Amino acid sequence: MQIILDNIPLLLQGIGTTIALTVLGYAFALVLGTALAVCRVSPIPPLRWAATVYVEIFRNIPLLSLLILLAFGLPDAGVLLPYFWCGVAGLSLSGAAFVCENIRSGINTVPIGHAEAARSIGLGFFGVLRYVVLPQAFRTMVQPLVNVFIATVIGSSLCAAISVVEITYVTQQLNIASAQAVLLFLVAGALYLALSLGVAYLGRRVERAVAPGDARPLRTADRLQGAAQA
Amino acid sequence: MSTTSTSATQVLFDAPGPRGRRRILLISIVSSLAILALIALGLWQFQRNGQLAADKWLPYLRRDYIAFLGKGLMGTLEATAVAAVIAFPFGLVLALGRISRARALSAISAVWIEFFRGIPMLLVVYAFLLALPAYGVNLPRFWMLVVPMILVSSASTAEVFRAGIGAVDRGQDEASAAIGLSRGQTMRYVILPQAVRLVLPSLILALVSLLKDSTLGFVVSFNELQFQGKTMVSITRFLVQTYVVVSVIYIVLNFLLTKAAGLLERRMRRRAAEGGGRSR
Repeated sequence: MQIILDNIPLLLQGIGTTIALTVLGYAFALVLGTALAVCRVSPIPPLRWAATVYVEIFRNIPLLSLLILLAFGLPDAGVLLPYFWCGVAGLSLSGAAFVCENIRSGINTVPIGHAEAARSIGLGFFGVLRYVVLPQAFRTMVQPLVNVFIATVIGSSLCAAISVVEITYVTQQLNIASAQAVLLFLVAGALYLALSLGVAYLGRRVERAVAPGDARPLRTADRLQGAAQA
Repeated sequence: MSTTSTSATQVLFDAPGPRGRRRILLISIVSSLAILALIALGLWQFQRNGQLAADKWLPYLRRDYIAFLGKGLMGTLEATAVAAVIAFPFGLVLALGRISRARALSAISAVWIEFFRGIPMLLVVYAFLLALPAYGVNLPRFWMLVVPMILVSSASTAEVFRAGIGAVDRGQDEASAAIGLSRGQTMRYVILPQAVRLVLPSLILALVSLLKDSTLGFVVSFNELQFQGKTMVSITRFLVQTYVVVSVIYIVLNFLLTKAAGLLERRMRRRAAEGGGRSR
């Protein structure tokens, strides 16, 4: 316990860095991912192709490989970023690919009739997206986008491998300096769990708030009960 | 528009008229130029720092370079395969545990799943690498990588299986109950065979995340591709080149797996649509 109390400033710094990495990485991922999704559904072929190529590359590259490339590879090409910003860049670049895919499949869940009706009353490409499709698509996107956030929280730990002083890095350093291994790792695990479960809970609240009345997904048990009553 | 439009993305814009086509062509040209300029800027930056020189890239076609990275690739595939073979059945067991009626079993499975889904794999790797040896648990490098992979993957595949079981048509449950099968028999003979088929595409995607997770061999110094790349860098000093080549190998592998999963899913959906009348 002493090791925790002695190093509270360092731990707090680690928590702060993890949160900063996650929030910044996710914010940029949302912006870039939305732009990519708009490109992917646009009528401009080069933009569609470019967005598709982007998604296929950054969805399939392991985050650690990307971080290593950004942090250790790019300095040789004259791109010198602080490791923290390499971490943010890596998380945003890979997060954006997943955000884009989720937005696109969210758009696909909106019944075509709605888009057709919007077209027929004269809305253009952006009008249809902005006033009819995206507001409805957003409901189905909440859960996947929350999952991307949780993936960003968890992915931010990989920045420890490029020496960003976040929770995992602090844990590993303190572990070397002391013999209180189990306690340290439990504390770090609890911190990550608190972050990701907390966000998952918030996401469910948001989802319930935006969901239309009957859209709550049924669990198997509920279905069986419903079947018995019917 | 040869196929009937089935998704909203296809009706966001009309088939363009002559003016629309001209505008699309114009924007296409402008955006192509912008994209090309971006790529050219990147390449110029590389060129200016001498990173595009042929003698820094051509060695990757040499047999010894390929063999060196190939050895890493074998390590990656081995770790991924072993982890998948153990983690997937384990995930199924966890899923069955979570939906079981035995409260204790269900609670333990739920806690296991939520725990390993909520913490980063790197933390688990560090626990095995740094913490456990102090308590006399000393695994070989291979298992220091693969055991965390199994722990994390079992939790996420458990959720995949649970979703698959939930997705099997309710009528199947009722029909099995009607012919007098017990809950266990229903699960074993009716639900599971269908659920496992339903989740096959998602299992391929789980394989992709395992492949990505195996890069953490970099941290435990197990000879998989990413770590082999690190070793290569320390010998040749070709930082950018090696890490780009390694990343491209991962991207190609994962791209093929993702595509396979997509194809399989589309085929299954088509089959379901064709045989819908019979199977429902």
